[in-house]
Amino acid sequence: MLSRVANTLYWMVRYVERADNLARLIDVNQQLLLDFESLDSERLRGFWQPIILSTGDEDAFAKLYDETGSAEVIRFLTNDPKNPNSITSCIALARENARTVRDQLSDELWEELNALYLFSRSDEAQKLFDVDPPRYYENIRRAAMTFLGIAASTTSRNQAWDFMDLGRHLERADKTTRFLDVSSYLPAAADGQDAISPGILHWTAILRSCGAMGAFRAARREITAESVVDFLIFSKDFPRSVRYCIDKVDRSLHLISGTPRGSFSNEAERESGRLLSDLNFGSTADVFESGLHDYLDALQGRFNHIGGEIFETYVLMPERVQISPGAKPPTLSDAALWRMEQQQSSS
Amino acid sequence: MEMFKGYDPGKFYDEMFCEDGSVRSHCAPLLQKFGVIDQKDFLTRKANSELYFLRQGITFNVYHDDRGTERIFPFDPIPRVMPASEWEHLEAGLTQRIVALNLFLHDIYHDQQILKDEVIPRFYIEQAKHYRPEFRGVDVAADTYIHICGSDLIRGGDGVYYVLEDNGRCPSGASYLLENRNALKRAFPGIFESLGVRPVDSYPRDLLNMLHHIAPRQDKDPVCVLLTPGCYNSAYFEHCYLAREMGIDIVEGKDLVVVDKFVYMRTTRGLLRVDVIYRRIDDDFIDPVVFRKDSVLGVPGLMNAYKAGNVSLANAVGTGVADDKVIYYFVPRMIQYYLGQEPILPNVPTYLASEEADMKYILKNLPELVVKAANESGGYGMLMGPTASKDEIESFRERIIADPRNYVAQPVISLSTAPTWCDGAMEGRHIDLRPYIIYGKDVKIVPGGLTRVALTKNSLIVNSSQGGGSKDTWVLR
Repeated sequence: MLSRVANTLYWMVRYVERADNLARLIDVNQQLLLDFESLDSERLRGFWQPIILSTGDEDAFAKLYDETGSAEVIRFLTNDPKNPNSITSCIALARENARTVRDQLSDELWEELNALYLFSRSDEAQKLFDVDPPRYYENIRRAAMTFLGIAASTTSRNQAWDFMDLGRHLERADKTTRFLDVSSYLPAAADGQDAISPGILHWTAILRSCGAMGAFRAARREITAESVVDFLIFSKDFPRSVRYCIDKVDRSLHLISGTPRGSFSNEAERESGRLLSDLNFGSTADVFESGLHDYLDALQGRFNHIGGEIFETYVLMPERVQISPGAKPPTLSDAALWRMEQQQSSS
Repeated sequence: MEMFKGYDPGKFYDEMFCEDGSVRSHCAPLLQKFGVIDQKDFLTRKANSELYFLRQGITFNVYHDDRGTERIFPFDPIPRVMPASEWEHLEAGLTQRIVALNLFLHDIYHDQQILKDEVIPRFYIEQAKHYRPEFRGVDVAADTYIHICGSDLIRGGDGVYYVLEDNGRCPSGASYLLENRNALKRAFPGIFESLGVRPVDSYPRDLLNMLHHIAPRQDKDPVCVLLTPGCYNSAYFEHCYLAREMGIDIVEGKDLVVVDKFVYMRTTRGLLRVDVIYRRIDDDFIDPVVFRKDSVLGVPGLMNAYKAGNVSLANAVGTGVADDKVIYYFVPRMIQYYLGQEPILPNVPTYLASEEADMKYILKNLPELVVKAANESGGYGMLMGPTASKDEIESFRERIIADPRNYVAQPVISLSTAPTWCDGAMEGRHIDLRPYIIYGKDVKIVPGGLTRVALTKNSLIVNSSQGGGSKDTWVLR
């Protein structure tokens, strides 16, 4: 497929996934706030600041807003057009990407994303956002899920799908680490009972932000820092755990190149394989040894590295792609084959 | 019939009603079907069809709007109906015309016999803005230049169809023709039953067959692509739509690369040779090495591959000379010269400002005439004599005298009208017809075409850039 198209599909899905995750993050924390007695502005700041920090957009936020109150943070993350990572910005970007590869998408898939886009800028959405935020976020999440479902049931399992899957899982892994990272920014508890300490309420909120509450309960585990971190990073089965996502990323990358798993034909595959093995054989002990925040930060760095290498390999330098023997034989003209042959023999 | 009560066909030729107010017989069954729909139901269904366009993203951007508001092209749900005999006549006339145009283009890019025989003065060709002398002697696939033609037809007060202009470069609008039918079928499924409306859905198939036909390599499945200027182009929806319907890749200039006079696209598996490009970019932008140097939309080196016969373009380079409104004047002569036939579809009477007698006539009668610049389209560069101000007329007079080669004049033709829903009432609005003619192994014309309607009362300008909308076009069996 066209390199540009592959790149666009990858980003389209990443943006939808990002909007979905943000919607959950805000909704969960907004509801969590209801469990606290009224907070003064200082403590409200203490509540929201970690969330802004975890998204990595703290500088953009500081430029746009003077205060860190609920209204400001929620607007910034939800529908501030000046924040390129707000929910509505992500939806618009996803839709813009979809528009440029519309011919690759099923009618239903395009319509769903377009409908979400139209909703996100409708008066109806504004009204819901004002009077019934949980329903507003539910609408966003539901549309993102529907998008995912339609994609899964109408997209041929070819490279287009592999690139979309790649985008989704890389984004998901990144978001899971960011939501976990919220806990690292929480102020240390003074007396252990402080409402704004990373106690059970906060770990619950983090699990719910990752949509993991039900699955976590089903695993019959107690809510502790260790068990939540273990679940969200190392679970083999939970579809939003970092390990699960990286397993999918690694799988998609190998499907795209046709290289058998366990080996590699480009840097993206090498890094995903190495990361996957770290996760397969890692444990919470490693995490707490290096410190949760530093560990998560390192993970995010590695995700970015993989993302950068994907771009380098498939978008910037398509001429360099090596086709391994296991791959489906590409349909290349004689002239192109001859050219490839020359390139290979002259190196 | 409720909604059509009190409809006044006025003094124009109306497509649905005769002068005495009776229904034209071929429209009677349709009117009966609409008769059982009450106004409220009609409006709900109309709104549904608009929602369909919005959800499909069949929209254009409103410029200078921060919220990025998008609008749909206005769609009127009352179809324009054409009896079989009328269509047969149009089909024969359009076929004759595209055959002659292709013979003409081949001729002027080779021996120029028609110029040597002085059927068309050489000066007109050599001065044509879109004539590409550097492509003389280049053989193109299947000797075809115009593969897709959009010829605009109008019907005058006398009920006669005239050809108003030919669009032999990148005619757009075919997707609207297809989507109008889809929208109408969704909104009014009942009215199609048993009326014998000919389907239009063969268009993408015909288009793809044509692209395959002109491929330089006939021994294997050719790789065809649609070349778009990009997603900010106003016809981008159409580009995507057609590419998807045909199952071919849509590419931008940066997706293609030319190596040793072969064109390749950059794919995730390396370079893939391209055989046929359905290009929706004008000549000017297609190759910065040969044409506009500042074009970032084109493919450097593409013209070398094209001249070497390694890639085919639809439409070919240099067809713009046939779009020139001065050259249009000579199309009936081309038909006589190349085919030895009389033109089936007449041109609108046209005066050339470069001809002494015509110039005199034009300058004397400016307030009654329509004046057009030879190479403008979309309703731009035009003087509508009867509605123009004195200043406008005088400014055109100066322009015509300064550059006669660039101007033609025509009498005002009162376009036929069709009942159109306008703010709560059914009123007559002027329409034209743009059929899409595909010239591949043989000539294919999807029945009907895009009926464009001037939504502003009394306006004769149907272009979407000037407040035009469209209707579904029904050709009956």
